[in-house]
Amino acid sequence: MRTLIGLFALLMIFAPVANAAEEIAVTIKDHKFSPDEIHVPANQAVTLRVTNADATPEEFESHDFDVEKVIAGGQSAIIRLQPLDAGPYRFYGEYHEDTAQGVLVAE
Amino acid sequence: MLGALVIVFREVVEAGLVVGIVLAATRGIAGRSWRVSLGILCGVLGASIVAAFAGAISNAFAGSGQELLNATVLIIAVVSLTWHNVWMAEHGRELAADMRRVGTEVSEGQKPLAVLAIVVFVAVMREGSEVVLFLYGIVVAGTDMGSLLTGGVLGLAAGAALSALSYYGLVALPLRYIFSVTGLLLTLLAAGMAAQAVHFLQLAGVINVFQSRLWDTSWLLSDSSILGRMLHVLIGYEDRPTELQVIAYAATLAIILVLIRMARSERQPRTAS
Repeated sequence: MRTLIGLFALLMIFAPVANAAEEIAVTIKDHKFSPDEIHVPANQAVTLRVTNADATPEEFESHDFDVEKVIAGGQSAIIRLQPLDAGPYRFYGEYHEDTAQGVLVAE
Repeated sequence: MLGALVIVFREVVEAGLVVGIVLAATRGIAGRSWRVSLGILCGVLGASIVAAFAGAISNAFAGSGQELLNATVLIIAVVSLTWHNVWMAEHGRELAADMRRVGTEVSEGQKPLAVLAIVVFVAVMREGSEVVLFLYGIVVAGTDMGSLLTGGVLGLAAGAALSALSYYGLVALPLRYIFSVTGLLLTLLAAGMAAQAVHFLQLAGVINVFQSRLWDTSWLLSDSSILGRMLHVLIGYEDRPTELQVIAYAATLAIILVLIRMARSERQPRTAS
C-alpha cells in the first residue's frame, strides 16, 4: 500500500499542470454527444473537455484515437489527444453504444 | 440486454484470464485458494471504491488522475510479476520436485503466492470498476433494469466459464511443463502491462516522447474484438502501438529474462540454499 501511494505521488510530480492549450467542449446528455461531430486541427495536440450531464456514468471511448475514460454522472473529464493525421475518427460511449456515437474530424 | 452482457463479459474475461493463469502458476502450493480469493475480494472492494470516487479521481492532477492511477497499479503489477518470475527461477525446480515427491501440497512458495495475489487484486480492481460503474448506471437509470441485470449476470457467468476453461487447459499440462508455461505467460503478461502503463502515461501527458504509431494491424486483428482483447490481456497485443509502448514491452521482457538468467547462474555453483 505504501509503495502504491509513493509511486502515485512520484508520478504526480510529472503530471502536467493546467493545460494552456484551448479546450474543445463536448457534452453528453440523454446518452448522446453534442456536438456529435467535432472538428480539430490535424497534426496538433488538442484537449477535449467532456461533460457528462446525465446522472449515470459513461465511458468515453475511441478505438480510433485510442482513448478510454470513465466519466461519472454530472462530472467532466479532460482528454488529451496526441497530434492526429487528417481524417475521421469515431468515438462512442461504451455504456450506451446504441445512442452515444460521435465522430472527430482532424483537418 | 445484449449490450450489458457484452460489457460485463468483456471485463470479467479480462480479469478472469489473469486469475486463471495465477491459479495455474500456483498449483499445488498450500493456501493458494484463500490468497487468490482474498486478491479477488480486495479487487472487488477496490473496484467499488474506485467507482465511488470516479469523479474525484478523474479530476485529480489536472484531469489525469484516472490515467495516473491506472499506470500506478499496472507498474505495481509489473514489478510483482517480475519478482515472482525471478523467485521461480531460483526455487521453481525444488518446488516442482517437491510436488512430485510429496504428491500434492507444498508449503514452500508462500512468498510468490502473496505477490501474485497483488496481481489478481490489480486485475480485478481495474476491470471491476468499469463493471461496477456500468451496473450503477443501470440502477440509477432504473429503466429496463430486469433485462439489463439479466444480461449482466449472464455476462458474468460466461466470463467466469471462459476463464475457468483457460485454467483447466493450463493445469491439464504435464506437471513438468506447468511452471515453465505459466512462467512464460506471466512474463508476457508483465510486458503487456508495462506497455499499457506507458499508454496511460502518454494519455496523461506525462510522457511525450516516442509516441508515433509503429505499426497498424487493426485490419488483421482489431484489439476491440473479443479475440484481440484476450490477446491484449494475455500477451499485450496492440493493433497500433506507439514506439514507446513497444520499447517498454521489449525492455520488460529483456529485464525479466536477464534477471532469471542471473538468478539461475547464481544458483548453479552453490550446493546448499
